[in-house]
Amino acid sequence: MSGLTPFISAMSAVIWKDLRAEWRSREVISAMLVFALLVILIFNFALDLQPNVRAGISSGVLWVTLAFAGTLGLNRSMAVEKDRGCLDGLLLAPVDRAAIYLGKAFANLLFMLLVALIVLPVYGILYNTNLLIPGLLVVILLGSEGYVAVGTLLSSMAVQARTRDILLPILLFPVAVPVVVSAVKATGGYLAGLGWEEIQPWFTLLVVYDVIFTSVAFMVFDSVVEE
Amino acid sequence: MLQKPKLLTVLDVAAIASFLAATGLVFFYAPLERVMGAVQKVFYFHVASGWVGMLSFAVAAVVGVIYLIRKDLKWDSVGVAAVEIGIAFTLINVVTGAIWARPIWNTWWTWDPRLTTATIMELVYFAYLMLRSGIEEPERRARFGAVYAIIGFLSVPLTFFSIRLFRTIHPVVIGSNDPGAMGAFDMTPRMTQVFLFSLLAFTIVYFDLLWHRIRLGKLAERVESLRLKLQA
Repeated sequence: MSGLTPFISAMSAVIWKDLRAEWRSREVISAMLVFALLVILIFNFALDLQPNVRAGISSGVLWVTLAFAGTLGLNRSMAVEKDRGCLDGLLLAPVDRAAIYLGKAFANLLFMLLVALIVLPVYGILYNTNLLIPGLLVVILLGSEGYVAVGTLLSSMAVQARTRDILLPILLFPVAVPVVVSAVKATGGYLAGLGWEEIQPWFTLLVVYDVIFTSVAFMVFDSVVEE
Repeated sequence: MLQKPKLLTVLDVAAIASFLAATGLVFFYAPLERVMGAVQKVFYFHVASGWVGMLSFAVAAVVGVIYLIRKDLKWDSVGVAAVEIGIAFTLINVVTGAIWARPIWNTWWTWDPRLTTATIMELVYFAYLMLRSGIEEPERRARFGAVYAIIGFLSVPLTFFSIRLFRTIHPVVIGSNDPGAMGAFDMTPRMTQVFLFSLLAFTIVYFDLLWHRIRLGKLAERVESLRLKLQA
């Protein structure tokens, strides 16, 4: 396992770089947060979220909010690298490119979880429901992981195309459907207080797609960034 | 001038003949379904085009893997060809389904998981074409296309298993059936024969179209390089 240590140190260097840049500018997180809150408020008008109607669609509203905010973060995270030629610098570094991918994906995951961590209680207060259920938090973690795993790969393709910003949602949404659908169903199950045997199939599907997306993206990232 | 291969002409004839034969069998050999009547005959081409769509997207994914290993642009032209044909056949699948659903389910479209996931699958491959149109450099276009064809195909199994995971009203004719499905039926031996033959016919038509589309891609490349030569 001698090859593992430089891999992990390269990966954590990328994560550290992203976190530090974000800590100094606070651009991405604040944009994601404001956007997420706006989406929730707009949903309130659009869907007329009455208490009796709300219980059924909370999980859908929550995941649409997270997915939209996530797209914003993913786009930004790669656009920043592309803009000043930072990506070329990263690629020139004599490290495994999979480590760069995992580092970027992990940083994106942290941003998305941070947004979720703020959005969940706010949503709970605004609509008077309790969203801080342990099982639900695990679903949020797994759902965000799958979404970010495939999103980081696709955003690194999108920034290299002519239509960059508008391309990522078009590429990402249809592909991420299995993750989003199973996350919505599992979240809805927890919110409705269903038993584990009702939630378990969706939970399993979510885990399966997390594993598939992460490992495939890990394998093909090299051919996305090669010059 | 690129000569048309003899084998391709043979395949053309086989495709046209088997397609005509399948149409004839559907109309004159297959028995009328007792409850649904003539509209049930859509089933033969509906499933066959759905099969070809899935097959085509699978071909695109496999060819994508081969391209990423070999880096030969010839595999990329196979990939585009497969995706384009897959889109066309999936569209036929959805439209024939709507024609059947109008009298049986009393609506053209319903937000059933099976229908929705099939349409999302179609959108994945529209996104594939948009991704390609956004990149000029052929080598990078091929690489991204290959990656997206692989990633996109990962979500296809959901379409396939959705009829088993979700409670759906779409019938499963082959294998076990959900009691909640509407418009299900058991196939008689004659129906099975016609069904299998139309699957075969559509598969032959598919490979014929695929070959033509690959040739078209090659010819377009030649035209492009000749034009560049003239300008120089």
